[in-house]
Amino acid sequence: MGLELFLDLVSQPSRAVYISAKKNGIPLELRTVDLVKGQHKSKEFLQINSLGKLPTLKDGDFILTESSAILIYLSCKYQTPDHWYPSDLQARARVHEYLGWHADCIRGTFGIPLWVQVLGPLIGVQVPEEKVERNRTAMDQALQWLEDKFLGDRPFLAGQQVTLADLMALEELMQPVALGYELFEGRPRLAAWRGRVEAFLGAELCQEAHSIILSILEQAAKKTLPTPSPEAYQAMLLRIARIP
Amino acid sequence: MGLELFLDLVSQPSRAVYIFAKKNGIPLELRTVDLVKGQHKSKEFLQINSLGKLPTLKDGDFILTESSAILIYLSCKYQTPDHWYPSDLQARARVHEYLGWHADCIRGTFGIPLWVQVPEEKVERNRTAMDQALQWLEDKFLGDRPFLAGQQVTLADLMALEELMQPVALGYELFEGRPRLAAWRGRVEAFLGAELCQEAHSIILSILEQAAKKTLPTPSPEAYQAMLLRIARIP
Repeated sequence: MGLELFLDLVSQPSRAVYISAKKNGIPLELRTVDLVKGQHKSKEFLQINSLGKLPTLKDGDFILTESSAILIYLSCKYQTPDHWYPSDLQARARVHEYLGWHADCIRGTFGIPLWVQVLGPLIGVQVPEEKVERNRTAMDQALQWLEDKFLGDRPFLAGQQVTLADLMALEELMQPVALGYELFEGRPRLAAWRGRVEAFLGAELCQEAHSIILSILEQAAKKTLPTPSPEAYQAMLLRIARIP
Repeated sequence: MGLELFLDLVSQPSRAVYIFAKKNGIPLELRTVDLVKGQHKSKEFLQINSLGKLPTLKDGDFILTESSAILIYLSCKYQTPDHWYPSDLQARARVHEYLGWHADCIRGTFGIPLWVQVPEEKVERNRTAMDQALQWLEDKFLGDRPFLAGQQVTLADLMALEELMQPVALGYELFEGRPRLAAWRGRVEAFLGAELCQEAHSIILSILEQAAKKTLPTPSPEAYQAMLLRIARIP
């Protein structure tokens, strides 16, 4: 058994790892764990990752969680092209710097529209409008910082070439985009950056990675989304309560 | 001019970098930027770091933000003992794994008690979030190991300790009833040394007293806005 990756392409960090592995030809057995159904909180999966989160990498007995850790581990283990995670001290520091800020200002913020529009309603919970507004403001502010501080007049977020930072960012931004938010409208520099990253990855890979999230609204409308399990239901309530 | 570190020991990530640098004898010019006063939102500081956050490292023209990035940069540049940020692939992955989870479940959670005048409902939610995070910390990251990401102290232990000190300084007895975590804390502090811990923790440990005596500075208008925004982000 080679490397196994437990993931769900509904999830932003899962997509980042998926894309990185595919682009770099890293041999992975993909194991889909259905987040909406709540399979990540099942007894079986909790045996693999007691935190019940995705993505999770299994390399023999070595089980690794956290997308940033997985991305870095795979880059080093498979010696992917240097630009992804540069060996130069300062260039690498820029990737870590982005990942640190991303965890604070992007992660947890850009996923909220999915909770508001699809996952909350799926379990009969409506997120108060006040919180929806606060989230819109938080996204606007984050995009401004992303454009000004990290992109600036550079082609990519952490340097002159694509790095892990660009993957993580793109996949988070795709979440509200899939929900109909026009994040790139009126942000030509960011739109151009997106174009460059997607061109680098290739249309086919992007399509593969994004097709599930891009169809989520349709699935919700047609009522073809699965019913969350009782364990998932609890976790979902907790997550919604954490929305500021 | 050598390395400059802009920091405030009131802040958890500032302390983690401070402790690491001191423990490893890394030559740094320390520049205190008073968070409560709001100096991090002053025009002068925003010139150095446009995000107005601490800690910030200045290495000549190279300016670096984000404590995890700074810790990793310093450990590599100054070739600190391997255990801090092990060169072994899987051991290093454990540090990255902790830092990723820390950013999600510890950072932003353990700092909240310092932000007073928050609705009781939110205070309760925060207590619950801290309890849950401490359980995960004990079970998933510590387990029966001496430290969070391996057999020796790593950057992960520093980051975690400094976050946990925040509510401890506010009177939360996080380590009560958690003997494994208390033992871990003892091991980390023993490794760092009592003097260094005292240096790093004295400011946050005196914060309640300063508040009571009304000797805390008044936040500037720019800081006030930033504080309101931060408070609004409390779930």
